[in-house]
Amino acid sequence: MTNLRLSFTLVLLAGLLSVGFGGDAFAQEASKISGADTAWIMTATALVLFMTMPGLALFYGGLVRSRSVLSVLMHCSAICCLMSVLWLIVGYSLAFGDGGAANAWIGGFGKAFLSGVGTDAASGTIPEIVFFAFQMTFAIITPALIVGAYVERITFPAVLLFSGLWLLIVYVPVTHWIWGGGWLADMGVMDFAGGLVVHLTAGISALVIARMLGPRRGFPREVSPPHNPGMVMIGAAMLWVGWFGFNGGSALGANGGAGMAITVTHISAAVASLTWMTIEWMKYGKPSLVGFVTGTIAGLATITPASGFVGPVGALVLGVMASIICYVLVGLVKNALKIDDSLDVFAVHGVGGLTGTIMTAFLAAPSMGGLGFAKDGMTMGSQLYVQIVGALATAAIALIGSIVILMIVKAITPLRVNEEDETEGLDITSHGERGYNL
Amino acid sequence: MKLIIAVIKPSKLDEVREALSPLGVSGMTVSEVKGFGRQGGHTEIYRGAEYEIHFVPKIKIEIAVPDEVAERVISTLRESANTGKIGDGKIFVLDVADAVRIRTGETGSEAL
Repeated sequence: MTNLRLSFTLVLLAGLLSVGFGGDAFAQEASKISGADTAWIMTATALVLFMTMPGLALFYGGLVRSRSVLSVLMHCSAICCLMSVLWLIVGYSLAFGDGGAANAWIGGFGKAFLSGVGTDAASGTIPEIVFFAFQMTFAIITPALIVGAYVERITFPAVLLFSGLWLLIVYVPVTHWIWGGGWLADMGVMDFAGGLVVHLTAGISALVIARMLGPRRGFPREVSPPHNPGMVMIGAAMLWVGWFGFNGGSALGANGGAGMAITVTHISAAVASLTWMTIEWMKYGKPSLVGFVTGTIAGLATITPASGFVGPVGALVLGVMASIICYVLVGLVKNALKIDDSLDVFAVHGVGGLTGTIMTAFLAAPSMGGLGFAKDGMTMGSQLYVQIVGALATAAIALIGSIVILMIVKAITPLRVNEEDETEGLDITSHGERGYNL
Repeated sequence: MKLIIAVIKPSKLDEVREALSPLGVSGMTVSEVKGFGRQGGHTEIYRGAEYEIHFVPKIKIEIAVPDEVAERVISTLRESANTGKIGDGKIFVLDVADAVRIRTGETGSEAL
């Protein structure tokens, strides 16, 4: 037989076999699948990917010096690609698979390489492959958030090695605990779209890596201002739009719950932006664009864990709290702790996610316009206890995990570029390119 | 021949150019520079973090003139670039060994 005929025959056989064996199951699965839900989650997947590529990349890119802009874009791009592959190979399976006896802590390897997950498998009312892809975009953006802590001085191999290990050692377990049927899910921790899973993990790890890496040359008084505040705003705006997929998609369905999620997300972002603007206006007499969009991100991070559980008025409250608390923390980390978390990952994402997670215990109450607690019979008090446990556990694994990972990475490759390369800029010294050839 | 180098405030460039044209100044070279003198730098705020900005944007003008008009050019330049506030800038005067017009090869004052 020619190659073409052989291939055709094999494909035909495979097709017949899958229909034959999966026949009844296929019919059953198909009837659970909602076309509307599937369409929305597929769209949400694209929106969340857009948040990293290029939303976050541009947001961070504009905040660094012009001579390091490409390195930041490169970090986000490379992390996107590497995390995608790791997620396929083993990440998804460990996060959302069945861990058998150990399932309270971690999933298993049953779905490594998406084994058994074809076009027919369902996850609720959407195909499992869509759920996989949607969750993959979360696995992409979370380590990309940490980029903000180590800009302008980290080596590129360290970025790749750290991010890869971090996905598997920190992100995957926490995801399993809270979203994959692990112990925190059993306790009733409410984290709708990733206040703990995404923002607190990234925020704590950012603090650790910023501390272990050391500050940029000239920190704190002699560092350079953002080279392109316009780029920062463009990135923030893309993040805002993409966040509709992040929070709205976490409803895993095209319904009123998702509609409420995107609405409260937007309200929180808007209010937080105005709040940060007001703070700067009062303090300095001039409200800055960079500050304004930082408020936006603070508002978005804070509403994330609460977005499926609170109402619009709750979003108003969270938006105001987000900017006030994050604004204070930005100064605290820089001036009191003297840690060069260069792009304020902890102060904005970490603290925002934590604030939203804690406040969910109050704002989810029906009396506050919320949609109820995790389990029947729970109160604000009992929900608060559960939220705090979730936060502490998440912070602990992020803290310890990051320290261990950095020690491993340090043993393999230098973490930090030399002083000369840092001054000249990472674009030319690490990547052989200039961001602007004017 | 004299080379007059003036570092002035960017907002004064148009006024200086207009004031010099009736004096027969046939050309000038202008560059955007940064500098500080008594004006010093200042502090800008980004996201609650203060940044020291040491250098202030300025404009540097270079004009080559024959000796006879040098005095008038300098005083006209000084008047038109003056705002009365710190940061107005400075004028330096250098002797020119020679000047050459590239197109024709003329030298000396003919080249100006």
